[in-house]
This record gives sequence, C-alpha cells and structure tokens, in this order.
Amino acid sequence: MTAVTTHTLEEPVAKSPPGPAASTARRRPGRIRRAGLPYLLLLPALVLELLVHLVPMVIGIAMSFKELTQFYIRDWGTAPWTGLGNYRLSVDFHAPVGEALLHSFLVTVGFTLLSVALCWLIGTAAALFLQDAFRGRGLLRALFLVPYALPVYAAVITWVFMFQHDNGLVNHVLHDQLHIGAEPAFWLIGGNSFYALLTVSVWKGWPFAFLMVTAGLQNIPGELYEAAALDGAGMWQRIRRITLPSLRPVNQVLVLVLFLWTFNDFNTPYVLFGRSAPDAADLVSVHIYQASFVAWNFGTGSAMSVLLLLFLLVVTGGYLLVTSRERRTSDG
Amino acid sequence: MADSPLAPPRSFRWARRVFLTLLTGFVLLPVYVMLSGSLKPLADVSGKFRWLPSGLTIRPYIDMWSTVPLARYFVNSLIVAGSATVLSVAVAVFAAYAVSRYDFRGKRVFTVTVLSTQMFPGILFLLPLFLLYADIGNATGIALFGSRGGLILTYLTFSLPFSVWMLTGYLDSVPRDLDEAALVDGCGPLGALFRIVVPAALPGIVAVAVYAFMTAWGEVLFASVMTNDTTRTLAVGLQGFATLNDVYWNQVMAASLVVSVPVVAGFLLLQRYLVAGLTAGAVK
Repeated sequence: MTAVTTHTLEEPVAKSPPGPAASTARRRPGRIRRAGLPYLLLLPALVLELLVHLVPMVIGIAMSFKELTQFYIRDWGTAPWTGLGNYRLSVDFHAPVGEALLHSFLVTVGFTLLSVALCWLIGTAAALFLQDAFRGRGLLRALFLVPYALPVYAAVITWVFMFQHDNGLVNHVLHDQLHIGAEPAFWLIGGNSFYALLTVSVWKGWPFAFLMVTAGLQNIPGELYEAAALDGAGMWQRIRRITLPSLRPVNQVLVLVLFLWTFNDFNTPYVLFGRSAPDAADLVSVHIYQASFVAWNFGTGSAMSVLLLLFLLVVTGGYLLVTSRERRTSDG
Repeated sequence: MADSPLAPPRSFRWARRVFLTLLTGFVLLPVYVMLSGSLKPLADVSGKFRWLPSGLTIRPYIDMWSTVPLARYFVNSLIVAGSATVLSVAVAVFAAYAVSRYDFRGKRVFTVTVLSTQMFPGILFLLPLFLLYADIGNATGIALFGSRGGLILTYLTFSLPFSVWMLTGYLDSVPRDLDEAALVDGCGPLGALFRIVVPAALPGIVAVAVYAFMTAWGEVLFASVMTNDTTRTLAVGLQGFATLNDVYWNQVMAASLVVSVPVVAGFLLLQRYLVAGLTAGAVK
C-alpha cells in the first residue's frame, strides 16, 4: 500500500530484460504458447481486482445518478434516474445536506493536515535519533512498531477507555493529578473530540513514517557524513544539510501516502465514536457511511463518494505533478 | 568514540534522551492501560482510574467469553483472515512471477491500475459491493453478502496490490539464472516457479502473508456491513462490549489484548522481513 505511489513514480526505470536479442532467441521455441502464460498467471489477480474494485466503482458512479433510497434497495436497477440531483443536493451548501458535507469536508482537511504533519515530524525525529547505534536501540525500534502492529479496533477501544469521562486515564491525569480545568472534560463528545481523534490518529500513524524514514536513512551513503564531518560540519548541520535533503524522495511518497490514508480513514473514528461522530470530528468517510447506511440513501452517498474520489484524484495528480517537476529541476 | 567527529554532541544526546523517553511513554501508555486493565477487578475500572490495580485477577479473561460470543467472533476472524491470507498470497505469487519474469503488453497498465485502487476510499466500494454481492446472491444462489466467503473475497483483494508489488521486488532479487537453469533442465515455467523461485523467495512470501493477515484481521468498515450475527468478526464483535448497558472495561481490555497477541507477535517476529521488503520496494 505504501509504496504504491513510489512504484508508479519509479516504474519507467523498472527491470528490463537482459537484452532484446538474447531474450527473443531464448523464447523462440513454443513462443506462442509462452506468450499467453503471463496473462494466465495474472488472470486470478485481474479478475479479483475487477470484481471487488473496478466493477463496483463503475456501479458506484452509476448509482450516484439514481434516486436510490431504501424503497429500491432490493432491486437497485429499477431506481429512477435523477441526473445530477444527488450531486446538486450534495453541493448545495445552503441546504442541510450540503452544509453538513462541507463542514465534514473541512473538518477532514484540517484533521488530515495536522495528523500528517505530526506523524511525519515524530516519525522523522524518532528515525534520526535511532540512526546511530546505542544500547537499547533494537528494543525501541520494536516497541515503536507496536501501535502499527496492533489491530486498529483493539488499540482504539483502549483509547476509548482512556478517554472515558468518569473512569478514564486522561481525565484522571489532567484533572485529578495535574489539576488542569475546573471540571473533568468530555473527550468523545463535543469540541474536544477533535483532539481525541487527532491524538489517536497520530499515535497509530507515526510508526509508519518512522518505518519509511528509517528505511530511507539506510540508503544515504556513510561517506557523505564523513566528508561533511571532516569539513567541520556538526551533528545538527549534517542533519540539515545532508540527511533531510537526501530524504526528499522518501518524504514525497510518505507524505502522499499518509495523506491518503488519513483522509480516507474510517476505522479510527468509527471505533472511537460509533456510528455517528460528533460534529467536531465528523470525518468525511464516516459522514458518507452514515448518509448511506443509517439514512439508507445510497444515491446521495454514492454521489458524495464520487466527489470525494474526484477531490483525491485532483490532489494526488497535482501533488505528483508538482513533486515530479521539482525533482526534474533539482536534477538538472 | 567521543573524539570522533561523527560522534553526536552532548546537546544531541540530551535531546535524544528526552525525546525518546517521552515518545516511549506515549507509545506504551495504551499498552499499559490494556494490560493492567485486563487484570483489574471490576471496581477498579468502573470507578476513578487507578494506575495500580487494587488486586490482580484473571476473571476478566474467563468472563469475557460469556459476555459476548467472543469465541465465535474469534473463530470467524481466524477463518476469514486465514483464508484471505492463503488465497491472497497464492494469487500474488502468480501475478508477481508474471510481472517479475516476463515482458508483456499491458504490464505497466496492470501494475498502475492495481496499485491505484489502493488510493481510493473504501467507502466508495462499500455501497456498490454491498449491492453487487446481493445481486450475485439473487442471480446464482451463492451467498456472498453476510457470509464469510464474501468477506474473504473482499479482504483478499485488499492486500493483493501491495503483496504483488512487494513480492515482485523479492522475486526480482532471486537470480534469473536459477529458474532459467531449471527451464533448461526440463521444468515447465510453473515447475521452475514452485521448485526454485518460491523456496528462494520464502522470506518475502512470509512477510506478505503477515501483512495480508494483519489487513484482514484489523478491517472494520466492510466487516461492519457485510457480516451478520453468525459471521461477525472480532473487528465488529469487540464493539459489542461497549454497547452493553454496563461496560465491563476489564473484560474489554482482556479481549483486546487476546485479539492483539496473534498479530503483534507475528509482526514482531517477522518485522525484519516486512521492513526489508518495504525497504527494497519503497525506497528503491
């Protein structure tokens, strides 16, 4: 998943056959039979991806043009077409449905930007601090991956317990032990829920940044540091002048992947808040889920999903365009 | 050591100490709450939070099985995640072999398309897939909706793109001479794959299997819609504790711990392979 994007970025330089002449010579016997083989090997993967991802996507786009409410759910083909009706409803920001979607979208954008920034910052700092060998480093590396390895729901339900108003750890520490605030706060409803969600999301997400940056650091040649040290560059300077610039390609992928994951995250808010999230933490995936499965309006839900997809496509496309142009100018 | 120009200065070492201590605390806090909570008597988790239990008990680990049908959820999760893992790895090995060893028309389209499905929001597939499975059920009598089979099918495609991508990297690192020698010796391409390439790429295959298992074991969104009472998995079932009138938090913590142990243990044991696979591909 991670590296999805890297792969698409780097694909053109992917492995080439040892040499055109050599490979055709070797493949000549039974060439026609052999030519079908790669397709045969790919067939299962292809069929599955078609069935579970691509066909549903096409159906989803079709559904977004239909008035697909619970009355038509048994036989969705018979639902009447409404043209752009669902879209008009979704983006009419003066009506309740559109206003709620816009609000949810803005919350999601804010949440995603903060979460990605914090995940990146913590992950990079941790990777840099663990770059040199010292006693206990291996243990810390393993520990730091625990939030990533835990099943989301088990970890998040533990946070739910910690955020409980009366018997949770957070209020005990903040209110009873540190005496912050006159009254214990509510964390899973109201305005604070945004910070609760952010905390859990960062706790869960930073190890991935740590993992990627750690991997990236291993590819920086040690001579670079030695040369800089001989030139009199101190530790902090080396980090700023060598490490961070060398991490650029990794960061470009990492930030995009973190963005997409965080923006699309459903599991964390769903387990944290249940089916209907508080307004302050109403992430767009849960919002759409609720519009579809709680209000049983699949048509509008699909239109919202398509809008979300378009937004992500535009952002991803723009991001790739800008970063690849940057890379080209810095290369030449 | 201290004289080497590469040795970190004091300021750096202090910053490192402070930062890593704080971070370790942040990371371990929920783990501690989970572990200590699971051993506390009910009074400890219903009243004010206590750092130290008033007494240790293993009752939560016994009672949790009867509060909700946890054993059934557990079995469902094992079946679903296990089958999805086996199938996903098998399909991925074939596809990765094709991508790694052959040049064919549409190769780039295939990799880009498959990988890009990963960026789309799950919610986009959820609604249509829900209806598609229902339609397939109506038309053919194969119950995908609400069944473990439907969930297995869905999960297997979730881990597939990443598995194909990571395995391709692994297979690329297995020298071609090996399977070409096998071809010369009269093995078919499949013989070469199973006798030579698969054994050589075993660490990569294991890593991909761990990843696929973790993905299926932890998925919530599709499980919440596509399962019913008999096929419910842990991802949804565990929340059953929280919707009871009285939440037995010690049992919730015990159950969370028990469902985490298989994946965390597997991950930590095999993390080296997973990280190596990630490194090989991601940072190429």
